[in-house]
Amino acid sequence: MHSTVKAAKTKRSLGARAADVFLSDYFVLYMSLAYVAVLAPFLPVLLAPANLSNVLSNMWPLLVVAVGQTFVLAIAGIDLSQGAVVGLTSVVGAMLIATMADPVVLANAPVWGLVLTESGGPFGQMEWGFLLGIAVMVAVAAAIGAANGASVAVFGMPPFMVTLVGLISVGALAIYLTQSENIRHLPDAYVMLGKGDIASVHLGPKDTPQIPRRQIHSFVTYPMLIAIAVALLAHLLLAKTVFGKWVLAIGVNRKAAELSGVPVRRVVVLVFVISAVCAALAAVLYSARLEAGRPTLGEGNFLLDVIGAVVIGGTSLFGGKAKIVWTVFGVLFFVLLSNTLNLMNLSSFQIDMVKGGVILAAALLDVLRTRLMRERMR
Amino acid sequence: MSALLRFESLSKAWFGVPAVSDLTLEIAEGAALGLIGQNGAGKSTLMNMIGGVVEPTAGRMLWRGEPYAPARPADATAAGIAFIHQELNLFTNLSVAENLYIDGFPTRLGMIDRRAIRARTEEILARLDLAVSPDTIVGELSPGERQLVEIAKALHNEARLVIFDEPTTSLTPRETQRLFDVIGRLKAQGRTIIYISHILSDVARLCDAIAVLRDGLLVDSGPAEAFDVPRMIRSMIGRDLDGLFPPRTAAPGPTPLLEARGLTQPGVLEDVTVTVHAGEVVGLFGLMGAGRTELARILFGLDPVEAGEIRLDGAPLPAGPRGRIARGLAFVTENRREEGLMMEASIMDNLGLVSIRDFGRGPAGLIDRDALAARAEEARRDLSIKAGDIGRQPVKALSGGNQQKVVIGKWLMSAPRVFILDEPTRGVDVGAKFEIYALIDRIAAAGSGILLISSEIEELMGMADRIVVMSRGETTGALARRDFDRERILRMAFRETAA
Repeated sequence: MHSTVKAAKTKRSLGARAADVFLSDYFVLYMSLAYVAVLAPFLPVLLAPANLSNVLSNMWPLLVVAVGQTFVLAIAGIDLSQGAVVGLTSVVGAMLIATMADPVVLANAPVWGLVLTESGGPFGQMEWGFLLGIAVMVAVAAAIGAANGASVAVFGMPPFMVTLVGLISVGALAIYLTQSENIRHLPDAYVMLGKGDIASVHLGPKDTPQIPRRQIHSFVTYPMLIAIAVALLAHLLLAKTVFGKWVLAIGVNRKAAELSGVPVRRVVVLVFVISAVCAALAAVLYSARLEAGRPTLGEGNFLLDVIGAVVIGGTSLFGGKAKIVWTVFGVLFFVLLSNTLNLMNLSSFQIDMVKGGVILAAALLDVLRTRLMRERMR
Repeated sequence: MSALLRFESLSKAWFGVPAVSDLTLEIAEGAALGLIGQNGAGKSTLMNMIGGVVEPTAGRMLWRGEPYAPARPADATAAGIAFIHQELNLFTNLSVAENLYIDGFPTRLGMIDRRAIRARTEEILARLDLAVSPDTIVGELSPGERQLVEIAKALHNEARLVIFDEPTTSLTPRETQRLFDVIGRLKAQGRTIIYISHILSDVARLCDAIAVLRDGLLVDSGPAEAFDVPRMIRSMIGRDLDGLFPPRTAAPGPTPLLEARGLTQPGVLEDVTVTVHAGEVVGLFGLMGAGRTELARILFGLDPVEAGEIRLDGAPLPAGPRGRIARGLAFVTENRREEGLMMEASIMDNLGLVSIRDFGRGPAGLIDRDALAARAEEARRDLSIKAGDIGRQPVKALSGGNQQKVVIGKWLMSAPRVFILDEPTRGVDVGAKFEIYALIDRIAAAGSGILLISSEIEELMGMADRIVVMSRGETTGALARRDFDRERILRMAFRETAA
């Protein structure tokens, strides 16, 4: 009996083994590596240290937002308001911590004179003021997330509608606050969070006493540490805690979860809070890198990038099936895709068309994977 | 009589696991074949092969003597095969006539010829003795009427073979009777029937021939006259059941656990009083619409109640299910797919759903996986859930009976004081039913109380210490075990004055 089982296992068809790879947690990582391997001969610059450093630096902020979105998709919801939250919190943070401000640019903003003056924001002159600013950003995001979550959980409104309204009105508020101007002059300590290196590499001969900055490639950076910390915490939360079990249970069968005593409303509200807070943390990384709070930071195709990356990773749009490690790989693939399309000198319109097609393919993949798994269960 | 449909060495395997093996059988034109077997015996796979949903791995089918290999459900319909499923495939937002014609409307001048479809629909409905207008929206019909519309669709498609898959599950006794009349009429018109059901007496009554499947094999078949219910059961499970019910091992205690007094909710319940004592199994009987499930939902805190009080261990219960679960109430609902289980999730995740908080450690609630796995494994052994790896295998892959054990198991892991079981053996095969009854006895013997809701009188008479009967939202009587009497119970359910 035992030996026949073993024989059957070794004799498994190529198709079955391909299906194993397809269903594995690491499928998207393999796909990313294959993608690089195929393209590298044609795009040698892809593997240049400067480009790899660039790919990594684009990956971290997107990862932080995508981690938040993963929780929402896990309960079969969707959060369209994340981009607007990024824009709003970047402005809120910047107006609190700016060290100075230009009246020519910002005098028309409704916050001028109230919060922001020529000598910057209220926390601008404090040594640890930027931390207070971040705390306020997180609090604002948490409030928006709680409002989203309460609308969905308590009033039973569809997440799509609630967060679409959030996307439009929160985005508009961000633009209104500064009259669509950027707020510059952020404190150095804050800017460090967005672009500060901890370890960097220089490849090549050391023939001059001073190595020019552009030959030094950041490797370990603050955004990297922050993003990895967020992803690690999120992984523990989703995969190892009671809360995570509840999230996935609601995603698979909300009714059964409710009848089994899962505090469904509380969990749903918290999930939207997590999503918005992740957006605020990403806003820190984005605005620090830009050295400015910009109301339109999360506009345009930002949302496409976030949801696309999570779905490509393998988190199901139907809920109940989500892993942070999938999202990590999805973000990696998506950043690689954007990067390679850029290197091919395609216009941003062409890039968006390709990205759209890839995301559609990912959604199709989700359907196929679900079907394949179902067939295996039969 | 010639064979309408013939299977020749038909087989289907899923990833090497046979679901139907080497099946050879034929169905005579104009006959009614009863197909029985436990859940997982291969009935559904066989039907899916006939219906073009699943392709056989070996063997072939012959339809009226010609090789028949449907690639999609439309091929089966075109051949003249119709399915009447448990879950009906009707558009509830469309009218009866529109449902009949959904796959091809006759047109006149490019517009739907409404007069023609109405006339034809009226004619078909008259053949079925269904007195509704062709323009009635299907959503407004009762489950029984909807099923007749489904049969009307089969007639409209000139089906020669009509396959019924557990058609009586959601029907009232009256609707069931009407269905049987219609089946008789279909036979009189020379149509062939395959009838699949767990209700063996119905199968015996309706069918000319019977085929029994077990583990994908045809284990017994022959003319219906040669089969009685005991032979059917023997063939299905492969052994004799000593009795349908296990003996009760302990007598109920005197302490009241759950006390509901004067529960009233307009249009739902009227002054309902029920008490469940420690170690007691209280059977709750009533016809469709008597308010049994409604009472269960109110007891569990899911639905509002205007007046009355509910106490557990002498103290009033908090509002809402979460507080009541914490106090020791458990509810196995009648709809395990939609309300009981996370079908795609693993057996372990399902078993842990209610009690997961007990396995959370520290302020973050990190799950102690070893403790959870050990406890779940204990539950699996305890309930003899037939599964391989409970951490990976999804509940979906289990048979109906084992799924139900998982639902009961998830509550057992939180050690409840009172169980509300709503139709716990629905859609469960004979062997697993016995196991669930034995489990009920064990839970009661351990001192918990059980409110057992069922529409099968025999089940309640076999398991309950006391039977409470409801009718139209009121309790109409209660009988102790020594007074159990089928007729008296039914009279109370129908509200005929007790003689």
